[in-house]
Amino acid sequence: MKMNQITEELLKAVSDFKGEFKGAFNIRENGGCAGRQSTEHIRIESRKEGPGIVVHIMPGTKGETVYIPACVNQGGIHDLVYNDFYVGEGADVIIVAGCGVHTDDEEEARHDGIHRFFLEKNAHVLYQEKHLGTGKGDGRKRIDPVTDVALAEGAGLEMDTVQLGGVDYSCRKTRAKLAANARLIVRERIMTDGIEKAVTDFDVVMEGDNSGVELISRSVARGNSYQEFKSCIHGLARCTGHSSCDAILVDNGTVNAMPALEASNVDAELIHEAAIGKIAGEQILKLRTLGLTEEEAQERIIAGFLK
Amino acid sequence: MLTLEHIVWNLPDREGILNDVDLTVTSGKLVVVTGPNGGGKTTLAKVVAGIEKPSSGRIIFEGQDITDMDVTQRAKLGIAYAFQQPVRFKGLTVKDLLELSAGRALEENVLCSYLRKVGLCANEYIDRELNAGLSGGEMKRIEIASVLARNAKLSIFDEPEAGIDLWSFSRLVETFEELRQQKRGTLLVISHQERILSIADEIVVIADGKIREAGPKEQVWPLLFASERASLCPLGRENAKIDAMRRECHDQER
Repeated sequence: MKMNQITEELLKAVSDFKGEFKGAFNIRENGGCAGRQSTEHIRIESRKEGPGIVVHIMPGTKGETVYIPACVNQGGIHDLVYNDFYVGEGADVIIVAGCGVHTDDEEEARHDGIHRFFLEKNAHVLYQEKHLGTGKGDGRKRIDPVTDVALAEGAGLEMDTVQLGGVDYSCRKTRAKLAANARLIVRERIMTDGIEKAVTDFDVVMEGDNSGVELISRSVARGNSYQEFKSCIHGLARCTGHSSCDAILVDNGTVNAMPALEASNVDAELIHEAAIGKIAGEQILKLRTLGLTEEEAQERIIAGFLK
Repeated sequence: MLTLEHIVWNLPDREGILNDVDLTVTSGKLVVVTGPNGGGKTTLAKVVAGIEKPSSGRIIFEGQDITDMDVTQRAKLGIAYAFQQPVRFKGLTVKDLLELSAGRALEENVLCSYLRKVGLCANEYIDRELNAGLSGGEMKRIEIASVLARNAKLSIFDEPEAGIDLWSFSRLVETFEELRQQKRGTLLVISHQERILSIADEIVVIADGKIREAGPKEQVWPLLFASERASLCPLGRENAKIDAMRRECHDQER
């Protein structure tokens, strides 16, 4: 597969690309399709209306991985895409998304990916996405992902989302509705620096009995960057919900955490935690007793925190 | 290998936390520092590790004046320090900590060997985060394991017995004995525990910021546990502190 070098580097960073993808994949580059492959159990096709793809995963499919990375490798491009995932009953798959935006000029490179997941009964998906901005240009690197999730009875989605750095502005919106016995786990890690800004907005509605959600956000705000964490968990049934936002401030970073809970069922058990602070001096000291300098200790603590 | 000369350490509002302390630690020995609470033991350990800087005096380590060296520099010279209150980290695992301590990647069997030395069932712990999911006793034992993984020339343990169960404590005493017999570095242990005192090569008694007694165990032990302790602590109030210390030791042993 012949590929733009910048795109290839972005793919390596955001989707572990090693020259090729095995299994089903769709590579999106500057708003177009740069490669696609379906498999016996996973069919990828273009949307009938508007940009984007529809991914059909057959019931009972297990152990397969779908790669759907998107890259913008130059300024002046605003890529907007709608991707839908229909995951059949009892399927258990991994979906690797990931987005890289790159600009070497003063024009903005932007990707907005709107992903909708429809998981049938007892289906399970591990959804991984990494976001990265690169390039020497002054143009803004912007990524605004939207994730809409509908989990049928007994279905489960684990979402692992990482902002690796270099993204000037991002706004992540995640919406989910959970039927009985469904489970959603979101692990989010965000690093911002300079004057970058990152906004996270979760809204999860648990409609079915024994449904559960776990939202775990860890973030580091360095330089003069700004982060906002908003989450609202709604418990409409006998359910459990937990959100935690842990943030480390370095330099003049700012984090604004606003976790919210709403329960309308007496058996809904909802908890939220939010903690913001600098790296504890005793943590630095412990690592210095192991021979690390203060700077090395700080970097190691941050790397571990965001791991 | 370690010499403290006229070490003084003061707080802004309190002088004499360490008051003209002279101490020599011989290479390859297990030296136990004991004494009443508030006597200056932990401060002494922190001054040696470079966590606290003395107000005056000199510290010589392997012939080199390290008084002005910071904690990182001293660690690189081969001084390791086990905190009395272990530090928790979100995101760092037990494996991460032991590898940082060793300064290299460690095979699973090596990781397990360090954890077994402190009485932990190793495989269950390697990938666990050093966060609130671990009890105080577990954290304490991992802290001690992190110092064992350093293989340092001088390892300082500040009250290693605090917060760990009796079985793990027995395993820890065995580990200290093994290290001493194998001559794997010098051990400086802050402790009130009679069992740790009993395996010492040398015992140092510190009270009110002063070294009250220091010497081979055979010489100091009788003074600690004799009914007549006038030779150890000529002042009556010092005797009272030693009595309290003895009671504390025996209570903990029971």
